Amino acid sequence: MKILAKTGNEAMAYAMKQINPDVVAAYPITPATEVVQIFSNYVADGEVDTEFVAVESEHSALSACCGASAAGARVMTSTASQGLALMHEILYIAAGNHLPIVIALVNRSLSAPINIHCDHSDTMGSREAGWMQLYCANSQEAYDSIPIALKIAEACGVPAIVSTDAFIISHCMDRLEVLEDDEVQKFIGEYNPKYFALDLENPKTYGPLDLQDYFFEHKRSQIDAFSKVLSTYNKVAKEYEKLSGRYYPAVEEYKTDGADVAIFTAGSTADTAKEVVDELREQGRKVGLVRMRMWRPLPVEEIKAALGKFKAVAVMDRSDTMADFGGPVFLETRGILYDLDKKPIITDYVYGLGGRNVEIADIVRVYDEISEIAKTGKVKKLVTYLGVRGEE
Amino acid sequence: MKDVKVECQRLMDWQELAKGCLIQEAATSRHFKTGDWRSLRPVWDSEACIQCLFCWITCPDTSIKVEDGKVVGIDYEFCKGCGICAEICPPKASAIKMVREEK
Ligand code: SF4
Ligand code: SF4
Repeated sequence: MKILAKTGNEAMAYAMKQINPDVVAAYPITPATEVVQIFSNYVADGEVDTEFVAVESEHSALSACCGASAAGARVMTSTASQGLALMHEILYIAAGNHLPIVIALVNRSLSAPINIHCDHSDTMGSREAGWMQLYCANSQEAYDSIPIALKIAEACGVPAIVSTDAFIISHCMDRLEVLEDDEVQKFIGEYNPKYFALDLENPKTYGPLDLQDYFFEHKRSQIDAFSKVLSTYNKVAKEYEKLSGRYYPAVEEYKTDGADVAIFTAGSTADTAKEVVDELREQGRKVGLVRMRMWRPLPVEEIKAALGKFKAVAVMDRSDTMADFGGPVFLETRGILYDLDKKPIITDYVYGLGGRNVEIADIVRVYDEISEIAKTGKVKKLVTYLGVRGEE
Repeated sequence: MKDVKVECQRLMDWQELAKGCLIQEAATSRHFKTGDWRSLRPVWDSEACIQCLFCWITCPDTSIKVEDGKVVGIDYEFCKGCGICAEICPPKASAIKMVREEK
């Protein structure tokens, strides 16, 4: 086992190098620029065989990726924020054509106002596009998630996004355990798509017009492909554990045994919250943490099992739905828990927009408030904007 | 290219479909007759035709039927009635007339 010191971006670029994809088409954007910049160095230095396509926008980047993927290539790219927004149209085209492209993404807020720091509004805004989504809590997880995502994507015909938090993960140096190149190659295997456009013996048409008589059936079959992602994920994550010793469940529980209340959150904040849980546990408080790692497809049963046992749950959402009803994780989690006979009281804390730092004290406050809710059964505020001036 | 027999097909269930609306054989547009919304119909006069093949090369829908290098008629299963063939046909021949389609 090799141990390196790498930032989140370096870790994702390194994982891409070990995968050695056939094609990478990309356009730089802060804070994900480094991923493809470092990767283009690997290309220039002959460390990979990848055809690197430098394009004029993210719309073109993902379009080129779609073409290459349809042709039968193993394809990856990287982007963030506005870049993902500009890809939005093509996200649906990749997914609708079952092209297993992987995006190494850095979560950054969306304009306006313009900002380059972390929140999850970019990927949350794309969650209906038909891409698997994995939110990572640190560089190690980001590195590990890239080959995992690629393997699932190719097995299911579903494209995937692996994301880290802007700057907090993308630019912070961390300890990284890496696999050998050939171990990664063996894990992902050779990519042999059943159908590909450059099959000259058997010509095919990709992306034809599909009207009232068949569009709905094709969408239904796309949803069916998605229904196999979670079980494939569970298998592949176990396989990766055997190889690396590191296991990442779709929904992670941390010190939930005997807990009355829990925070449900994603990304780097989950790692911070673990520290808080440790401290509060030492004081004898019955608190736990559940981390959301996969948000597409929704790990419905896992979430029910993880959250159903608490008296009160606070979702911490790093984006808002502009529905005046909290963030997306909150809304969807409420929907998931609705069927349970005995369900926790659930409230939402929208936090950290535009990279606003979330302090230990903020997380302690959330635990204090939900502990109070668990005791009294009374919710004072369903949705709280945590850490914003002018709010309680 | 093999000629595909056209049959009126049952609409398939989603489980039977190739992923992503992938069409797995070539030249399937032959299955899909698109000449039924024409309002003007080109009528070709074999006597007047001087076989210059201008109509054949300009028809946007490859609907001028040619055998052994000679025009033999018009494929009404695909012709859209655009009139380009009648327009391009040399005035001394005027072998194609556009007439109103009546159904
Ligand atoms: S009317 Fe138009 S489509 Fe029809 S045969 Fe003439 S040129 Fe072709
Ligand atoms: S353009 Fe007129 S004359 Fe020339 S081949 Fe066509 S029908 Fe005949």
